[in-house]
Amino acid sequence: MSDFEFFVDPSRCIGCQSCLKACEECETHRGVSMINFDFIDRRESIATAAYVCFHCEDPTCAEVCPADAIKKGEDGIVQSALEPRCIGCANCVLACPFGIPKLHPKRELMMKCDMCYDRTSAGKKPMCATVCPSQALTFARPETIARERREVPVNTFQFGHETVRTKVFMMAPAGVDEVSIDVADYMWEARA
Amino acid sequence: MAKVPGSREAIHEAFGPHLNFEPAGGWQHESQHAPDRLVKTHCCFCGQQCGIQLKVRDNRVIGFEPWEEFPFNEGMLCPKGVKRYLQSGHPDRLLDPLMRTDAGFRTATWDEALGTTARRLRELQAKYGRDAVAVYGGASLTTEKAYLVGKFARVALGTRHVDYNGRLCMVSAGHAYKPAFGVDRSPLPWSDIPKAQVLLVIGANVGECAPITTSYIWRCRDRGGQLIVVDPRFTPIARNADLYLPVRPGTDLQLLMGMLHVVLREGLENRAFIEAHTTGFEAVAESVKPYDPRTVAERTGVPPEAIEKAARMFAQADRAIALHARGLEHHSKGVENCSAVINLCLATGQLGREGAGCAMITGQGNGQGGREHGQKCDQLPGQRSIDDPKAREHVAKVWGIAPEDLPGAGYSAVEIMEAIHRGEIKGLLSICFNPLVSLPEAAYTREALERLEFFGVIDFFLSETAQHADVVMAGSLQEEEEGVVCTAEGRVVHIRKAVDPPGRARTDSSIYCDLAARLGKGQYFPYREPREIFEELREASRGGVADYYGITYERLDREMGVFWPCPSADHPGTPRLFEGGVSMHADGKSRFLLTPWRESGDPVDADFPIYLTTGRVVSQYLSGAQTRRIGALVEQYPDPLVEIHPRLAATLGLDTGDLVTVTTRRTELTLACTVVKTIRPDTVFIPYHWPGDQSANRLTHRTIDPRSKIPEFKVSACRLAKAAGAPAKVGHV
Repeated sequence: MSDFEFFVDPSRCIGCQSCLKACEECETHRGVSMINFDFIDRRESIATAAYVCFHCEDPTCAEVCPADAIKKGEDGIVQSALEPRCIGCANCVLACPFGIPKLHPKRELMMKCDMCYDRTSAGKKPMCATVCPSQALTFARPETIARERREVPVNTFQFGHETVRTKVFMMAPAGVDEVSIDVADYMWEARA
Repeated sequence: MAKVPGSREAIHEAFGPHLNFEPAGGWQHESQHAPDRLVKTHCCFCGQQCGIQLKVRDNRVIGFEPWEEFPFNEGMLCPKGVKRYLQSGHPDRLLDPLMRTDAGFRTATWDEALGTTARRLRELQAKYGRDAVAVYGGASLTTEKAYLVGKFARVALGTRHVDYNGRLCMVSAGHAYKPAFGVDRSPLPWSDIPKAQVLLVIGANVGECAPITTSYIWRCRDRGGQLIVVDPRFTPIARNADLYLPVRPGTDLQLLMGMLHVVLREGLENRAFIEAHTTGFEAVAESVKPYDPRTVAERTGVPPEAIEKAARMFAQADRAIALHARGLEHHSKGVENCSAVINLCLATGQLGREGAGCAMITGQGNGQGGREHGQKCDQLPGQRSIDDPKAREHVAKVWGIAPEDLPGAGYSAVEIMEAIHRGEIKGLLSICFNPLVSLPEAAYTREALERLEFFGVIDFFLSETAQHADVVMAGSLQEEEEGVVCTAEGRVVHIRKAVDPPGRARTDSSIYCDLAARLGKGQYFPYREPREIFEELREASRGGVADYYGITYERLDREMGVFWPCPSADHPGTPRLFEGGVSMHADGKSRFLLTPWRESGDPVDADFPIYLTTGRVVSQYLSGAQTRRIGALVEQYPDPLVEIHPRLAATLGLDTGDLVTVTTRRTELTLACTVVKTIRPDTVFIPYHWPGDQSANRLTHRTIDPRSKIPEFKVSACRLAKAAGAPAKVGHV
């Protein structure tokens, strides 16, 4: 499955939290879920979003780690913090532009999604993308996504002047090739 | 006198519900041991019947692994499916039969439990007549067990009163589809859904109640399909709808008649289809004339332009599918509501082709199979009518009894509880049913249960209803006995046995067989294993509408399920019904049926000005007897909340977390509220999975559809008031 990639599409999410429940069943971290899940604003909307680590090309979490505990493999996967090295300082938690890493104070350890290394290395899909009933989380070949989806994958994100490229793709409406979260980026002045 | 014995606290201490968060031995312990084996089977919960692999070690289910090869769900599971395994080894599990005492329940031997049950049922029948005893079954049972419930009632007890909790599920659809098409089954396989150009989803909270169906709807959108959602609530799938119609509770029928009005006014009907494949069109066409969009808009609260647009989208598509569920069916005119969907499909020729048609999304695990083979009060195996002399002769022959010894039609589930309440029925044997939580007007149900002279229950947990029992026989979970179920699609699938029942608990079918023997009818129940029941069921269904004769366990394994009808071993099964527009009536035609309007049985007025509607949340299942014991599912949505629109909330001074008292013509209930814009401002919603002072069904009313006998759960009239008390913390919103 080395040619499979991970795609996140919040527009498909129905808020069932199956991903969250299934993640904590993983044998390598049983009882701890690595899924990030939000009700966007329940008063205003039914919208929900579930997402995994985006696995940045240049992971900020690793760059800010004073203990050199966060490693990115050749497969592009940014691993959970190495337990012998992690000092539980939470730099990564504060620095991640996507808000992914979580500190587990009892263990003084940062844990986050490693894209089910135990499963993907054995030819299986990550657990969350396998069970997700709406396929808001999908593990598939890029050409399958291109053929079957109306939204298009994007993996370039603009955070102010910082451009972040990721291994995981976010599905966006057709015609969008990068995603910015800053209104200023959409203003005429900002582009001048 | 079947009052709950002992204190509430003592019952809770002994029988729960306790929350099970981790597998036996804890997360770390289990993670260090590989399973002995993986068992390919299906989820024990809803009618989607997702394929799942259970991890088994030391006769315990210790986890799950997705089953990606099973074609319906391809590994997908909702949170209930993910956490279902935590019922195994659950501390609340009944390991022995129980007998009630003044102080509570004590364990008993099987000899005592079975002997007492048989003796008391016999005594009541001798004293008051055969029909003084009733039998309740359930739609989460395998088809073998459901068949056995019907046969046990009619042959071992000789009572005509046998019905099941599917009476609270999709019966309105069944009572509409059978007269229209000659069969009660979804006409299409789910693989048709992505192929439609337009989907009309009416009264179906797919994202929460049939989560896997979401992926089919999204695939339809990916292919350019358009989605119309009709619901008083903006459900999770509504946010991707091309058209959302916020129908006022109880007015779906007018909306559907208004859509047909527009179709006919604009000449969008399919004349060729109507003439070739239907009868009764003219009368229905005449009946929708008064339902112009403006009039319908005033009654339904849906804009006239939206009604017109929906009608045009559905009629002008080459391929359109209408999907409906309890939102359309839980009404005192539930049958008419479903007939109106069928009329719309017939008028526009949307039937019997790939990507075209209508379908009910059956809710319960074996909601389809459980209603086909004889635990319904008016049906015999094979979806045969109990009033049909030929059907009676066939089934009596298979059962080895005289047709005249076969009882006639009895009362439905709600009617049985009413007959208990008025003293006509004195004894009840129930399995797989928690009516104290799931039937309307819970106080009335409690009064009825307290009047029973004998109440026997077969269950694996002590449900709120079972707490009223004289004898509780410790039965089996779904994974503890082999069998088949039929999914919402009409696909019969194989439930494999994964483990033995723990302790002294026994398989459900062996309990019935033993009881039958003690009632002197053992020769009719000689089964040593479920396979033998299935072999008899094949014969009993042979030649019927739901013909299983060509289905075997081996075929189900090989072919990943078989769609009925399947009349012979070389028949491929029937994924799509009515190919070429040909129905299962003798003349091959489908029937347009009139859908006269009736008011709700609990109308809104000046004293009760707000609509109350009830339903489910994704993390709980039905009465919660199983899912309220699974920690991760309870954490996701711990207590029922009243959903209320900010506009209505403002008039009452309510904010999220505040307590609100909801009062109906029955009683009042005080719960925390969640203020959300995803519901009509004239309507509040409460999920119904909880018992006691959290039970939405304390508020609902007992009006039933005159034909399907389904209660009108989706419409009650209520008033609201802010209640004193500290606001609740509403973490999940």
